[in-house]
Amino acid sequence: MSETAQFFDLPITFTRQPEHVFPAWEAEADEAALEEFCIAAHRAGRRLVALWGCDKRDRQPDVPARGFALHVALDLAEGLACLTLPMDACAPRFPDLAPIFPSAGRLQRAVRDMIGAEPVSSEYPTDLRPWLRHANWPADYFPLRHDTPDASFPAQNETYGFVRVDGDGVHEVAVGPIHAGVIEPGHFRFSAMGERVLRLEERLGWKHKGIERRFVGMALAEGARLAGRVSGDTTVAYAWAYSQAAEAIAGVTPPARAIWLRALLLERERIANHLGDLGGMANDVAFSFGLMQFSRLKEDWLRLNARLFGHRYLMDRIVPGGIAIDLSASGAAELIEQCDTIQREVRALKAIYDEHAGLQDRFLTTGHLAPERARQLGTIGLVGRASDQHWDLRVDHPCAPYDELETRVATHANGDVAARALVRFAELNESLHLIRKILSGMPSGDIRCDVRSAPERRGFGWIEGWRGDVLVMVETGLDGKIRRCHCHDPSWHNWIALEHAAIDNIVPDFPVINKSFNLSYAGPDL
Amino acid sequence: MIPILRQIFRTGIVSEPLPPADEALRAATQRLSAAITEHLGRALVIRHVDAGSCNACELEIHALGNPYYNIEAAGIKFAASPRHADMLLVTGPVAKNMEVALKRAYDAMPEPKLVVAAGDCGCTGGIFGESYACCGRVANVLPVDVSIPGCPPTPLQLIEGILAAISPGTTLSTSRSIDRSTMSAPGSNG
Repeated sequence: MSETAQFFDLPITFTRQPEHVFPAWEAEADEAALEEFCIAAHRAGRRLVALWGCDKRDRQPDVPARGFALHVALDLAEGLACLTLPMDACAPRFPDLAPIFPSAGRLQRAVRDMIGAEPVSSEYPTDLRPWLRHANWPADYFPLRHDTPDASFPAQNETYGFVRVDGDGVHEVAVGPIHAGVIEPGHFRFSAMGERVLRLEERLGWKHKGIERRFVGMALAEGARLAGRVSGDTTVAYAWAYSQAAEAIAGVTPPARAIWLRALLLERERIANHLGDLGGMANDVAFSFGLMQFSRLKEDWLRLNARLFGHRYLMDRIVPGGIAIDLSASGAAELIEQCDTIQREVRALKAIYDEHAGLQDRFLTTGHLAPERARQLGTIGLVGRASDQHWDLRVDHPCAPYDELETRVATHANGDVAARALVRFAELNESLHLIRKILSGMPSGDIRCDVRSAPERRGFGWIEGWRGDVLVMVETGLDGKIRRCHCHDPSWHNWIALEHAAIDNIVPDFPVINKSFNLSYAGPDL
Repeated sequence: MIPILRQIFRTGIVSEPLPPADEALRAATQRLSAAITEHLGRALVIRHVDAGSCNACELEIHALGNPYYNIEAAGIKFAASPRHADMLLVTGPVAKNMEVALKRAYDAMPEPKLVVAAGDCGCTGGIFGESYACCGRVANVLPVDVSIPGCPPTPLQLIEGILAAISPGTTLSTSRSIDRSTMSAPGSNG
């Protein structure tokens, strides 16, 4: 008999999903119950993790009222709670959750683009503008419906309904999709008065390349490679989350050594990105010394990755069932030595940053995201922690080996560019500390076990990547192959926070504000 | 100021010699005239466009600027505007949503111009392939001179490919036909 539970005194009975390395709960709800549950969760200070749609018409062809499904994953104190709303086969619809969780808005628009289910609200106007679809395929072509054929359509120009700001002297500055530097494509529409930003509206989805449709029909083991390429700078977190989901489906637990090695790689990925960002943020306030120094340290870091693990960014090192490459004792010694060197170098650079008046002048109060606003918007991950939002899966729902590592969460209450830099410095130090702990506690033994797919199963993977938590949901079909895989990037939640952080700043400060968030475009564009 | 100078002095010069061009990466048979390559070899300006990558290729392009590779010392720099560029460096498979923007960037570049496709996705479409949302490899959208494989290609591989495109004896055809039907209406998305 599986374990069941109810939350917030609401009559929805959740069943605990076996084989997961963190508590994962599932339940079904109708529209009213779903809305009520989300309101209760929000009141309790909990948050939306992800929201996605599924086509289930092939599974229950004789029950038209259950043709499609909307899945809503929430982070509760008790673990990950996934609610499923069955939707009509002919006119799928679901309650608009954006009034409760602001970041649901774009996720819902993506659901509408992908499977054609409509968010509806009786109280509020619902945003029905396309998000991932940019007029490059027809409005009635729904890529994630299982009876949608492969097709290709000629590229078109899109006229997108940006929200206009009216008034004397208000002008628009349009930036992108191609930006001035070596950076991913996205469009920013500033409404400004002189240099002051009154409003920023993002238009993303440029990199949408049909990843979710690509997953369909893949073998369970094969999917890890694709998941590891949803957002390249977060490849370790994605590959681990995907592997957790695959292992839950197969009902296997990888050897302990593999799990500890995974944590080692995850912390190395976090440090690599923080080193890059600390340099990049300095560069955006014209302190190129910082970029040169930190990019030198990052290069040292990546070269050791290549030498010990065979890949600079650690792609394809984490595989379902374990890990692809072992670490030797001499390799471990090199890692420890590098931690000491980096710690010493970063300490010296931090002292220079701290005392550099020009840099501090540009960092302090810039791109301010107040804790209260971050809470309302559901801001998570590193950006959330710099605005006093204490979310970190390594502490909140620690899977092995984090249950033994006692991670100290770095937070700051100021919510400006300076706070995001300080949180990076603190996290960098903490990750160096964790790497030492991991290396000293590393068990010996195998690094991989067999993963055999099972038909008609669903598995979740949930990992605190360097930006925030990555969720991967994998569902297998009757043949044991992937029927649906949804990869959720933390950037979905934080892009809307960037729009707020830019308000009242000057347009020329936007690059450093954007860099201090450093969100993924590829991840949410899918 | 003194701690900064001390740090610079302590770090010293860490730049490493650049690798030679890798001629095997050349995808097109066209060759630039010696006069042009001699000129470009002294100052090549690159406009990078991410047409749909996973962003790992961008990390490696960023790394080209770090003190180890120090690509600017070789006279190679990245420009903000395609109008200032000799070479278009394209990463990723070409996402359908980026097709128009990519073609416009190419169109804005002055002749003669080079196109380098970087990364497995740019070379072949990679793991993402072709679909309703994806045009696949860069060569499906633009004429490509050099393709640099790798997932992502390392900074050294990128340099070998970039140098191959401007190595002596190369000529460039200027009359290439690309589909301009979608390039007319300006300004809808900025």
